[in-house]
Amino acid sequence: MMDELRELYQEVILDHGKNPRNHRHPPDANREARGENPMCGDKFTVYLKVSGDHVVEDVAFEGRGCAISTASASMMTEVVKGKTEAEARALFETFHDLCTKDEEEHGDHGPVDEEALEKLMVLSGVRQFPVRVKCATLAWHAMNAAIEGDEKASSE
Amino acid sequence: MSDIAYTLERPAAPYDVERIRADFPILSRTVHERTGKKPQPGKPLVYLDSGASAQKPRHVIDTMTRFLEEDYSNIHRGVHFLSQRATDRFEAARDSVAAFLNAPSRDGIVFTRSATEAINLVAHSYARTFLEPGDEIIVSVMEHHANIVPWQLAQTARGLAIKVVPVDDRGVLDLDAYAKLFGPRTKMVAITHCSNVLGTVTPAKEIVRIAHQHGVPVLLDGSQAVVHGTVDVKDIGADFYVFTGHKLYGPTGIGVLCAKPELLKTMPPYQGGGDMIQSVSFSGTTFKEAPARFEAGTPPITEAIGLAAAIDYVEGIGRDAIAAHEHDLLTYATARLQEIEGLRIVGTAPGKAAIISFVVDGVHPHDLGTVVDQYGVAVRVGQHCAEPLMDRMGVGSTARASFALYNTRAEADALVDAVKAVKEFFGA
Repeated sequence: MMDELRELYQEVILDHGKNPRNHRHPPDANREARGENPMCGDKFTVYLKVSGDHVVEDVAFEGRGCAISTASASMMTEVVKGKTEAEARALFETFHDLCTKDEEEHGDHGPVDEEALEKLMVLSGVRQFPVRVKCATLAWHAMNAAIEGDEKASSE
Repeated sequence: MSDIAYTLERPAAPYDVERIRADFPILSRTVHERTGKKPQPGKPLVYLDSGASAQKPRHVIDTMTRFLEEDYSNIHRGVHFLSQRATDRFEAARDSVAAFLNAPSRDGIVFTRSATEAINLVAHSYARTFLEPGDEIIVSVMEHHANIVPWQLAQTARGLAIKVVPVDDRGVLDLDAYAKLFGPRTKMVAITHCSNVLGTVTPAKEIVRIAHQHGVPVLLDGSQAVVHGTVDVKDIGADFYVFTGHKLYGPTGIGVLCAKPELLKTMPPYQGGGDMIQSVSFSGTTFKEAPARFEAGTPPITEAIGLAAAIDYVEGIGRDAIAAHEHDLLTYATARLQEIEGLRIVGTAPGKAAIISFVVDGVHPHDLGTVVDQYGVAVRVGQHCAEPLMDRMGVGSTARASFALYNTRAEADALVDAVKAVKEFFGA
């Protein structure tokens, strides 16, 4: 039993959950979107600073949720920074597959940063806890919505 | 229930919780059993989520099965043997519910699909019909969304205003503030009889008395209250009283509106369809009297009969005995949970029902729920369909343990052990 829990709550997740990185509101952000998980009421706002040539120069978030959603948001800010919009979108789609699908069903969403994906693997434990998938993908949905220019996202 | 041999063996006094547990087949199952590479035996199920939905005793399951196997048919419309039989059973269920609530009249008992539908019925047929733009509805801050949103829809449709009764930090309804909310435009009150989050039992009789001084009808949401104690609608004087079957050890898909027949008589139909009409013609359709007028289409027949069986079961044990058992569990579990450092119980109203919402410093309720589940302990986590109340109590969400007639002190201990393990796991 503890094995499964340890797989879900790996040390990295506990660390990011307790001490989230980029937990701030950048004054020069030019995109933002809110993510809301109606099941638990957790709310995040994701801020992006996107340059004229479509590079995500800064990513940050505000709001607190459970360990999974906070850690996922924190790790997202680390891996998305410096990516182009297209790369960030591809990373979102690939991460979503990682949390919800068996490996052979993973789609091709364009080139993704393998190193980033490697880091995000620690979150793939949610596959064993289907009700927690929404927690892991909440901030990602918001990030994707911010890129698409929507103001709100839901992990529903 | 007349001649049919779905009788119930009465459990022996004094309260024999083990014998009661044996009536609930699901309680003997285990959860999280694993086979394969790393096999693991299942954990005994510790079901502390009856506030969301209660488990079903064999008596309910068997009654419904036997009805389907032996007596099932549509009702109110056949001359054949089974139709008469099914109709009798369905109408006997109405009598059971009327007796259970001490309703003013069996003709005021309307079967719906849920408590939610019952509230929507009143919001539509009463509030939208009789309230004028600018009229006011009083609700409390501790309502379930089911007793907020139907009134908000009426508010938008009819230009009404909603006034909100506050609660204090313990979760006690502020009766003085309530009394002061009444004005010449107040036309409806809709308040819970027992909070699904805090366990607060509201002073129903006093709520009704004050409203009636102003000539205002009251709807009480009894979904939790009927489970945890004896409810006497005639004594309370409520104009509308609603509850749901599945929290009372009955099936899903059945709810009850208990209304004063004189009010129902004035109300137009909520939904149109078969079985609620006197005569249909394109030059004008006439409707049956209540309650039939509000039961359009084929009702949940088997579920109504299942609800009657659940009432039988609960009455067989005795509602006072159940309340006493649950009170013991509440007192015991509260004391044990309070041993845990950093744990705060949300909702401490005197005389509350056996529902304990709590938060633990440094651990999000969702994480807590996932971890205790691995120990076989089922609790609800989240906002419990009561977002305004969460805001009022200053919490984003909580974990909630709700105790039922089949729970034990050992299960409260299992919860406490699991929460301690959670704290250790998260280093909180």
